[in-house]
Amino acid sequence: MDFTDSDAEAAYRATARDWLAANYAEHQATQHDSDIARGKAWQARKTAGGYACITWPREWGGGGGTPIESVIFGQEEAQYAVDGGYFTIGLGMCVPTVMGFADDATKHRFVGPAVRGDEIWSQLFSEPAGGSDVAAIRTRAVRDGEDWVVNGQKVWTSGAHYSDFGIVLVRTNPDVPKHQGLTMFWLDLKSPGIEIRPIHQMSGGSNFNEVWFSDVRIPDAQRLGPVDGGWKVALFTLMNERLAVGAGGGVGPKDILKFAGQADGPDGPLLKDSAFRQKLADWWVQSEGLRNTRMRTITALSKGQAPGPESSIGKIVAANQLQEIGNSAVEAADQYGIIADPALAPLNAAFHMATMSAPGLRIAGGTDEILRNIIAERVLGLPGEIRVDKDQAFKDLPVGA
Amino acid sequence: MNFDYSDEQKFLKDEARKFLAAHCGSDRVRAVLDHADTAYDASLWQAVADQGWLGAAIPEEHGGLGLGHIELCAIAEELGRACAPIPFASTVYFVAEALMLFGSDAQKAKWLPRIAAGTVIGAFATSEGSGPVTARSLGASVAGGTLTGEKIPVTDGDVADLIVVLARDGLYLVEKGAGVAAETLATLDPTRSAARLTFTDAPCEKLGSDDGIAAMQAVFDRAAVLLAFEQLGGADRCLDMAKRYALDRYAFGRQIGGYQAIKHKLADMYVKNELARSNAYYGAWALNAGAAELPLAAATARVAASDAFWFASKENIQTHGGMGFTWESDCHLYYRRSRQLALVAGAPAAWRERLVGQLEMRNAA
Repeated sequence: MDFTDSDAEAAYRATARDWLAANYAEHQATQHDSDIARGKAWQARKTAGGYACITWPREWGGGGGTPIESVIFGQEEAQYAVDGGYFTIGLGMCVPTVMGFADDATKHRFVGPAVRGDEIWSQLFSEPAGGSDVAAIRTRAVRDGEDWVVNGQKVWTSGAHYSDFGIVLVRTNPDVPKHQGLTMFWLDLKSPGIEIRPIHQMSGGSNFNEVWFSDVRIPDAQRLGPVDGGWKVALFTLMNERLAVGAGGGVGPKDILKFAGQADGPDGPLLKDSAFRQKLADWWVQSEGLRNTRMRTITALSKGQAPGPESSIGKIVAANQLQEIGNSAVEAADQYGIIADPALAPLNAAFHMATMSAPGLRIAGGTDEILRNIIAERVLGLPGEIRVDKDQAFKDLPVGA
Repeated sequence: MNFDYSDEQKFLKDEARKFLAAHCGSDRVRAVLDHADTAYDASLWQAVADQGWLGAAIPEEHGGLGLGHIELCAIAEELGRACAPIPFASTVYFVAEALMLFGSDAQKAKWLPRIAAGTVIGAFATSEGSGPVTARSLGASVAGGTLTGEKIPVTDGDVADLIVVLARDGLYLVEKGAGVAAETLATLDPTRSAARLTFTDAPCEKLGSDDGIAAMQAVFDRAAVLLAFEQLGGADRCLDMAKRYALDRYAFGRQIGGYQAIKHKLADMYVKNELARSNAYYGAWALNAGAAELPLAAATARVAASDAFWFASKENIQTHGGMGFTWESDCHLYYRRSRQLALVAGAPAAWRERLVGQLEMRNAA
């Protein structure tokens, strides 16, 4: 066991470091109108250097590299304050789906601009009545000549307000069981009849949107995969989701360790409180466990193997830990803990923000419960859930809230 | 980056698993459990010695295989999976490691070849009563070259030939014989023996420096990593048992493994086991490389592994329902072993405390 790069990996890392140092300095020296313009400029710079979509073929604008090279660049890029978040869902989930199911002309039109960051993509699957049960989609598409006419509502659409295009899963046949009546399309989010409304989250932010469809016309030529064959396409997209949705940032054991060194506990500094120390040790063990699990994943990639199932534990552990650490720091302040004003609360209220954002992290990209089902079924081989709606026409299914 | 067993180490591990499947089925574990006068499986001990495992990490010049600690970790994982009823940990993780850390050339030359050959069983005697071992709690003392005091409990103390004893001014080597009385104790895990050892002017020989607590902790750090692999093997075995039973057992017309209450319980076991595995690997790296991170890595590995094995062993019983509460089910073998392994080098709470202490030291540096 060792943590050293192979010769080829070390050479790649050295080149990436030099490139980052030179290009980040130039990037910093350039003025940009907005945060998003800045993000797009960095993405274009990476594309020119062969560092965007590193594992994709060069003919599509990618870097023609290996998974381990992608990991190495990611490690080095993380040393700099750049935000690639605008492109994660598009390049991680949507554009691979377009590449997998669209015709050549469509691929040539869209893949290059997406890689360069010129155009941003959104994923429109979730609905008010279809969250964990994604196939329970109600947004309806009806054929009209060469077009489909779409009505309905999507929800939890990250970044729809700054995106140019999207892939959307709709119901084209309600008379068959739910998985058999879905179809996937790509669409221009500026199409007439689309209304994008931000969702005001419990944390105060607005990272997600509702997207309303009123008689939106989508040409049949924009269909991805067969009519009523959209579920397979959606599975292809979602396969990439766990790779694209990161564990998220926020506070960790090192932050609360620092906080506890300065905060008062029940009897002297918080860091000297034995009950607190026991919890801190457990958080450290979890974070180190995840870090070391990533090392195992990288090892598999480095050997040219697929990562093992252990990579599936990350989000469950990280999201719950974020909630516990945030709340523990809040409670540690006693009465003062209710104050969430960044000017007054420790670490600019980072623990308070973690407490308020962690519930979303436990749900987004697969709830704790769905992820446990996935581990139980796909990793341990336990039976799947009983599906009472399996053989019923979608229109006959009972509906609730 | 190679954060995994090498191909050769995987081969060794597979061979160890096959060997133990053939030579250490649960019938062998039960033979020790059910016979109060049997402290360990002597024929398995000899077989393990013949495999060279006792000397896996002992240098060739001292009669070992001179492989390294990663290989020893691989063997430990399989011993844990098999719940092996032999004094392997006491002899190899504690006493051999103590000798390799602190022994003089003469001490190493005298004892390590015998340990590697399986002709000497070791025991590491630190505790003198309830609560963590501290400098203040120590009564055992040395005067005029002889040791006097009482140690309780001492795992494998009743069968050990060579005992490393923590006294007020350091570690000492004591040979079983004059001045050493052993009384076997009833324990939570009868597949691993333990004793009260009473030393009365027992001849002894200094091992290493005068700072006994620091020396004990240095041995514990090394043993903790190796124990973590035994705990990991045991936890994996529990998950495997629970999974098989959940697939075989039907209730309310279907496999109980189809109920989310069971599925999620087993998924939680998997998560804890993988955290424990990743942390154990890091501990193995630190141990094998002699890294400065060893104290923190060892504490991290031990806390994770103790938590995983406790959770897996208790929820394995729960998954088995009433059947799991019977003597004939193997579930309790692992539940018992999880208690033994979690306490033998100090309890999880003490290791959490040590972990945070290491973080504080690192922050101050």
